[in-house]
Amino acid sequence: MSLKLPIYLDNSATTKIDPRVLEKMMPFLTEEFGNPASRSHSFGWTTDKAVEHAREQVANAVGADSKEIIWTSGATESINLALKGAANFYQDKGRHLITVKTEHKATLDTMRELERIGFEVTYLTPETNGLIDLSKLASAIRADTIIISVMYVNNEIGVIQDIKAIGSLCREKNIIFHVDAAQAIGKIDFSLENLQVDLMSFSAHKCYGPKGIGALYVRRRPRIRLLAQIHGGGHERGFRSGTLPTHQIVGMGEAFAIAKAEINKELPQIKKLRDKLLTGLQSIEEIYINGDMEHRVPHNLNVSFNYVEGESLIMAIKDIAVSSGSACTSASLEPSYVLRAIGRNDELAHSSIRFSLSRFTTEEEIDYTVKLLNEKVAKLRDLSPLWEMFKDGIDVSSYEWQEHGERDIILHN
Amino acid sequence: MSYSNKVIDHYEHPRNVGALNKDDPSVGTGMVGAPACGDVMKLQIKVSDSGIIEDAKFKTYGCGSAIASSSLVTEWLKGKNLDEAQMIKNSQIAEELELPPVKIHCSVLAEDAIKAAVANYRSKH
Repeated sequence: MSLKLPIYLDNSATTKIDPRVLEKMMPFLTEEFGNPASRSHSFGWTTDKAVEHAREQVANAVGADSKEIIWTSGATESINLALKGAANFYQDKGRHLITVKTEHKATLDTMRELERIGFEVTYLTPETNGLIDLSKLASAIRADTIIISVMYVNNEIGVIQDIKAIGSLCREKNIIFHVDAAQAIGKIDFSLENLQVDLMSFSAHKCYGPKGIGALYVRRRPRIRLLAQIHGGGHERGFRSGTLPTHQIVGMGEAFAIAKAEINKELPQIKKLRDKLLTGLQSIEEIYINGDMEHRVPHNLNVSFNYVEGESLIMAIKDIAVSSGSACTSASLEPSYVLRAIGRNDELAHSSIRFSLSRFTTEEEIDYTVKLLNEKVAKLRDLSPLWEMFKDGIDVSSYEWQEHGERDIILHN
Repeated sequence: MSYSNKVIDHYEHPRNVGALNKDDPSVGTGMVGAPACGDVMKLQIKVSDSGIIEDAKFKTYGCGSAIASSSLVTEWLKGKNLDEAQMIKNSQIAEELELPPVKIHCSVLAEDAIKAAVANYRSKH
């Protein structure tokens, strides 16, 4: 089989739709176009049945009851509904929430909005391996803490938080526990039957399903109440109004069912490739692995290449599609906030590359990636004054760099 | 981020990469930027007895636009005298490389590097 370029290693951004998923979706974009809310004819009955089947598939994949699954437009909406919905409902109990600095912006920005309307939020700093110290979480809890929100798998560094332990702590303290599981499906074989999680957010497109569809798990026992954020026709038992996109929902159901069925076969295969990638990169001097390697999904490898700038590295390796922690790709000059929160300095944050693998990644692609990285990092280091300083024994971090305060002014002229 | 063909050309085939002896009295060295900001440029000029820049070398840590900006100025500097060198403006660099607004700072840094290299040379004389 010939290698097709560019190679896609940005599966934490989004995944390719599995052909089996697409096949299930297609009829609902053609003949089966009925509105699932139409009760008076077979067009609606057919699509309603498909929606409920998909709900069963999603519930089954995560160990929930189908009545606990609410369709949304994606994990961002699920997170907004969970946090705003629960905070608003339970605000008489208290107005304090806890989350972590390395959460996705969907959580962090929702928390900022809650702060704006009068809630208080504690943002925990994780340890340098990206994991939360449970005792630090416990000591952040106050009498008025109502919600704790922690992501299952970090999107940048792939580390897995101890959701079981955090869940026990929350239940013991009678605090609502929300988990952003957007990056966990098909990567961790978990069941909500064994976790004391009250709310969990899901996305389809991170696990070979379509974009624009997600779900929120809302526990029934003990029952969690939410104030709806989107009002209208009372769909999804009033939790989330809006006509259901049948084709998307069918796709998400199938994607979750496949993820559940194949996870045990897939994890060792992906881990083997990730380990091969890691070994291949370890021959390069001065690289740093970001995030814990033990408590981590096999799909992710996040590496900083010291003395090489991230965006130029991305440019040099344009045959592979990856993400960078560099700020150069955005208008701001701030590098990845996740890497900063785990204590990486700006230089290492700037030179980080996130490789994220999928069920479609091949060994040939990994071999190509390893070879490319070795060549290009060497080339860019030949070009790097920082590498020259390092080789001359000069400590780059203690060198007195001239700060360019005037540059911002010139920038806007 | 999409780059102009000129940026890609300089990035893939950078001109005048390397180092000159910074202790040589005929060499001026300028290093500007900071790793924390994502770009550092080291620009060196070798000046003849008659005051003409006869060689220029650079090393740059930074994005493609930063590498291209410094590569371009090493080409422009050769054959100029120091006063002419200091006339090079960031806007000329940005225009030549068709830098988008978000990358203008790379051209500013290249201009700063020229000034720093010239100042370093002058401080030796």
